[in-house]
Amino acid sequence: MYKSWWKILGAVLVVYSTVFGFLSSVPALPILHQSIRNLYFHVPMWFSMIVLFSVSVYHSIKYLSNNNEEHDMKAVQSVNAGVLFGVLGIITGAIWAKFTWGQAWSFDVKQNFAAIALLLYFAYLVLRNAIDEEQKRAKIAAIYNIFAFPMMVVLLFVLPRLSDSLHPGNGGNPGFNAYDLDSHMRMVFYPACLGWILIGYWIYTLLFRVSSLEKNKTA
Amino acid sequence: MQLIKEVKYLIGKEMLLEWRSKYALNGVVLYVVSTVFVCFLSFVSLKGVTWNALFWIIMLFASINAVSKSFLQESKGRQLYIYTIASPLALIISKTIYNIFLMLLLTLIALGFYTLVFDYVPEDMGLYLVATILGSLSFSTIFTMISAIASKAGNGGMLMAILSFPVIIPVITVLIKLSKNAIDGLDRSVSLDEIGILLIINVLVAVFTLMLFPYLWRD
Repeated sequence: MYKSWWKILGAVLVVYSTVFGFLSSVPALPILHQSIRNLYFHVPMWFSMIVLFSVSVYHSIKYLSNNNEEHDMKAVQSVNAGVLFGVLGIITGAIWAKFTWGQAWSFDVKQNFAAIALLLYFAYLVLRNAIDEEQKRAKIAAIYNIFAFPMMVVLLFVLPRLSDSLHPGNGGNPGFNAYDLDSHMRMVFYPACLGWILIGYWIYTLLFRVSSLEKNKTA
Repeated sequence: MQLIKEVKYLIGKEMLLEWRSKYALNGVVLYVVSTVFVCFLSFVSLKGVTWNALFWIIMLFASINAVSKSFLQESKGRQLYIYTIASPLALIISKTIYNIFLMLLLTLIALGFYTLVFDYVPEDMGLYLVATILGSLSFSTIFTMISAIASKAGNGGMLMAILSFPVIIPVITVLIKLSKNAIDGLDRSVSLDEIGILLIINVLVAVFTLMLFPYLWRD
């Protein structure tokens, strides 16, 4: 029990943020209206994705230094979990954009670069499928993973700042903190981020355990 | 010192091999020239944004073809031979430098022919040249590493495209923006941001390549 406290915390926080995300008061704004509640669901997806991809890079570096198979499995399963969160982030963003920007996929830099960042990780997964030999696959995939990570950082954090974007917090648009004058939204937003990150990490550990069980069964 | 000597020797070797067969250079130049001609026959007259975008698309495919040769073409026996006599750092540095020269030559030929055929010269040709030089620099650093990864995965051209496109897309978008500034003849100080970003991406890629390649090279 003492080891699973963070799973319980994650579950409680996600339930809390979902319930209060729909019920708590939000500032009344034109155009945005109630869609500002998407903040509690869309943004935590990206935070969780970044955390999971960082975990993956950490394990890839570990794999290159000590060639332990377990690290390779951890790297790929955290990418799998991270891609799941990335896709959810794109979907929640597109739904929100449909109602506020009028189009699910407008030519917005943030959207485009987020999609390309996901392509990087799909390429990583395809690369793994292309190689049969296990140790070679682990090594080459780890190298590509480390090589791709700084590119993802450039795509998500550097390039969108160079051009205009409709995305809140970019291109001169105010982020949510400009609206959140009485800190009601922060009370839900920060727990939501922490909760989803913990849930993402939990999903990754589950994926890892399933894959290592499958491996032991065949071996 | 040993490293510099090895790098010099390996670059000499690449050039000698190329000079003997003249296959890569002639082949790629012919590829670029005929692609430009196909584009000319289908578009007849082009200006501004489309002219620019088409140039970078031609260069993208030409450079993938030119640079991917560097590792994909070498036989297993020769790779093993180089492995025994040279350090991996010397190898990757020499290949990258050689590819930079190759790409510079190729881009300049392509640009000359392209402006000649379409009879269109960007307003600020100096800045456009800077953009093409930065472009060939980034293409060669990124594609050299990716072609090393693809050749180790033992699954040639297809993998090369999948792995390199998501990495090169951010570079291409910045390049297109920079060269668009040159076409519109904007003041040069406007473009400093883009030049800086391209240099940063190149330094990042170079650092990660130097760190990762020794792991990739050791089988």
